[in-house]
Amino acid sequence: MDRLVFLLGTGVARGTVLALFALSLVLIWRATRIVNFAAGAMAVVGVYVGVAVTGATGSWWWGLVATVVAGGLLGFVVERGVLRFASARSPLSGVILAIGLVVVLQSLLGIVFGQEHEPVQPPFSDRPLQVGGVPLLSPYDLFVVVVALGLLGALRLLFVKTSLGLQLRAAAFEPEVSRLLGVRVARMRTVGWVLAASAASLAALLAVPNELGLNPHAADMLFVSAFTVAVVGGLDSPGGALLGGLTVGVVTSVVTGYLGATLAPVAVLGLLAAVLLLRPSGLFAQAEARRA
Amino acid sequence: MTAALALRGLVVGHGGAPVLHGVSFEVDEGSVVALVGGNGAGKTTLLRTVSGLLTPTAGTVHLHGRDLARVGVEDRVRAGLAQVPEGRGVITELTIEENLRLGGLWRGDPADLRAALAEMEELFEPLARRRTSLGHQLSGGERQMLAIARALVARPRVLLLDEPSLGLAPLVVAQIMRVLRELCDRTGLTVLLAEQNVAGALSVADRGVVLGLGEVVADRPAAALAQDETLRHAYLGF
Amino acid sequence: MNARRTLLLAAGGLVLAIGATFLLDPFRNYQLALVAAYLCATAGLTVLVGLSGQLSLGHAALMAAGGYGYALTVNALTGAGVDGVGRFLGGIVGAVVVSGVVGLLLGLAGARLHGPYLAGLTLTLVVAVPAVAASVPALQGDRGVRTAFDGVPAPLRSLIALEQWQAWVALAVAAVAVTGLVLLRDGRAGLRMRAVRDDEVAAALAGIAPARVKVLAFVASAVTAGLGGSVLVFVTQSVSPGAFPLGLSLLLLVAVVVGGLGSLLGAALGAVLVVLLPWLVGTVTDALPLPDAVVQRLDGTLASLVFGVLLIALVAGAPGGLAGALTAARARRRARRAAGGAGGRRRTRPSRGGAAAAPPTGDPSAPARPATPTPTPSTPREPVRTPTEG
Repeated sequence: MDRLVFLLGTGVARGTVLALFALSLVLIWRATRIVNFAAGAMAVVGVYVGVAVTGATGSWWWGLVATVVAGGLLGFVVERGVLRFASARSPLSGVILAIGLVVVLQSLLGIVFGQEHEPVQPPFSDRPLQVGGVPLLSPYDLFVVVVALGLLGALRLLFVKTSLGLQLRAAAFEPEVSRLLGVRVARMRTVGWVLAASAASLAALLAVPNELGLNPHAADMLFVSAFTVAVVGGLDSPGGALLGGLTVGVVTSVVTGYLGATLAPVAVLGLLAAVLLLRPSGLFAQAEARRA
Repeated sequence: MTAALALRGLVVGHGGAPVLHGVSFEVDEGSVVALVGGNGAGKTTLLRTVSGLLTPTAGTVHLHGRDLARVGVEDRVRAGLAQVPEGRGVITELTIEENLRLGGLWRGDPADLRAALAEMEELFEPLARRRTSLGHQLSGGERQMLAIARALVARPRVLLLDEPSLGLAPLVVAQIMRVLRELCDRTGLTVLLAEQNVAGALSVADRGVVLGLGEVVADRPAAALAQDETLRHAYLGF
Repeated sequence: MNARRTLLLAAGGLVLAIGATFLLDPFRNYQLALVAAYLCATAGLTVLVGLSGQLSLGHAALMAAGGYGYALTVNALTGAGVDGVGRFLGGIVGAVVVSGVVGLLLGLAGARLHGPYLAGLTLTLVVAVPAVAASVPALQGDRGVRTAFDGVPAPLRSLIALEQWQAWVALAVAAVAVTGLVLLRDGRAGLRMRAVRDDEVAAALAGIAPARVKVLAFVASAVTAGLGGSVLVFVTQSVSPGAFPLGLSLLLLVAVVVGGLGSLLGAALGAVLVVLLPWLVGTVTDALPLPDAVVQRLDGTLASLVFGVLLIALVAGAPGGLAGALTAARARRRARRAAGGAGGRRRTRPSRGGAAAAPPTGDPSAPARPATPTPTPSTPREPVRTPTEG
């Protein structure tokens, strides 16, 4: 029983990070109808920059800032430089371009940093705290939950309460009508990519200390899990990302705890296949998903 | 006096064959011009060209004497040209209020935006009552009112309307047309109104331009046009 | 082209290729065997994406399925005292069954899913391969499964080296796989796939069951990928998850896009690139006066980098891929010649520019098909739109 409580706790922590990463996929999907298969590789670039800055300054916090900034910059470059070649007619072209990006970014990282797994230390202790004699969350897990939830909340405020958010939503739903209303849709798309890439980089930075370590493929599994989260929650639904994240986080945590870490990807695969086959528009999607 | 809107020799194609073959006419400041013609005459293509969504292969569009060739869609709105698109273009995932605000966001003046919203809710009373409803909960008439109100929030000098009466009850159409006419008389707004509902459009318009297979067939005062038997039979079908 | 001509061409091509192995040294023959193995996978993938419009990022997993199917069957047969040709063919059957079943499951999913969802599912599958291998005891986790050694048959032993024999077997399997795909593509099933790809609703109204067609495409593609995997296992005598990483999956996709989606010639070019490019890059970096550490880092990664850049450049600039570019050049030459006689009244389409990205071509670029006189290789797929006018 104690073990289950502990696993649920870590599952929630992992789930919020997944939710943040999945939100990045949802943002880009809503704005451009592209599933950003390069999100993982892009996020890892941001984490490498952040870890380098942490190494140079000795401060984890400057690393965090650098990760977010580098992720956003990369989002800008990718949107302006690569994905604008995606054809609106063929949904495959966006995926293929993103795959090209994955290959380019991962091989560049391999050339610059090598393939070794570089351990990354969390800024706080990752020993679980005892609550009433039961090990629950570690301070780092707690920090992760607070940051991820805070950011999700901030993004929600941005989208719902500000005029920038209104324009972002409008540009995503009806690009042509939005242009007729004076919304600079191309600029909104870029802003969306920058926000999404920053969020994904931050999520990857938060997740890395709990993984094997940093290497060019460090976010592959994170991406696959986040994609599953986005599908479980509905690719069109930012709110679904949080619920989906918690679902996937808890499932992987429980499977890892009772059956071993190697089985976690199989659990994710099973969950993804089940949701796709039973409810392709997502478990928590309010409206019916638009056709891809 | 320069015309509010002047089109000269517009040739526009969709990929292959041109849809408009050299269309020229002018819309005077403060007037309502009805652009009428049957299915496939090129009305929507013409409006989309004026608002910048389509690029003409030849010809020019001038707004108050300014050539719009190098002005993008978003900047044409800033130059005082608003369009209510075909099918109204209400963003159904947003609330009425959000739709309305969207129309004036580019002005970057919150106080003015609030004033504009209040005016619109006065002008189109049903919208005020359903401020927080989502777009997809509205009836056809309410959507059309919302689309027009949203375009007016931008305080345009020229308004393009694409088939506002489509799918609406005659009573609602009459109400919308009346509001438009009043607005023009009061504020000096210029309106280019593309319609298949010829009788309704000519009843509020000052002038009528008849489009047939991508060319201007007739361009004369609305009352005269409504009298012309041959034209009515040949191009307008009533 | 009719089926008999296809078979004759395939047999002739195979004989020629086998003859060519006599001109190559053992290392080149080893590379040729690898090319043949990857060709099975790229050919299957290009038919799947180009013909039926379904995107798979998981073909490495399907190769792995074939590889494990082959290895387990071969080991079982070895235990039962079977060896030689019987054991090899038994292994092939095992590969076909296992990869076919996995492909069937994916195909059933693919029939219900739109592009990005299916891509995500197949991606997850390939990421989960090591986990699956670790969770099924018979697959022995990361260590993988070793198989018995297949030497050169006794009558040939004095004539050819092991590598040459392996190249023969690999070429034969690839010939069977590619011929099967050509027959599928040129037959009624291929026509149905193109119809479903272009417009599912219209195809359904014409009496085609889109789901069945998509599943068939996926199974065919999976089986050929599985054959490729079994050839790899045959050559290396072992199978492990490390041989089928995500990177390979992505590389296969890159190869078919670079070669030209939907084109089997392109798939062959892609397979050659997958094997030769890393080797070429390795030769170059070895020749340069670089420190060992740098050379080690460039090993593999630099080739991938070239691939990735090539892919993005091609999608942005030349959606037809290499094969498309070749056909276009050929067609231009022919058009110039024809224009001399016909007074030059030939309407050419405007180029489709950078926005068009790799739409599957109707594949007039297959190597063996008789030349068609059309001036451009790809016909626009979108229906002609009449302006909607209310």
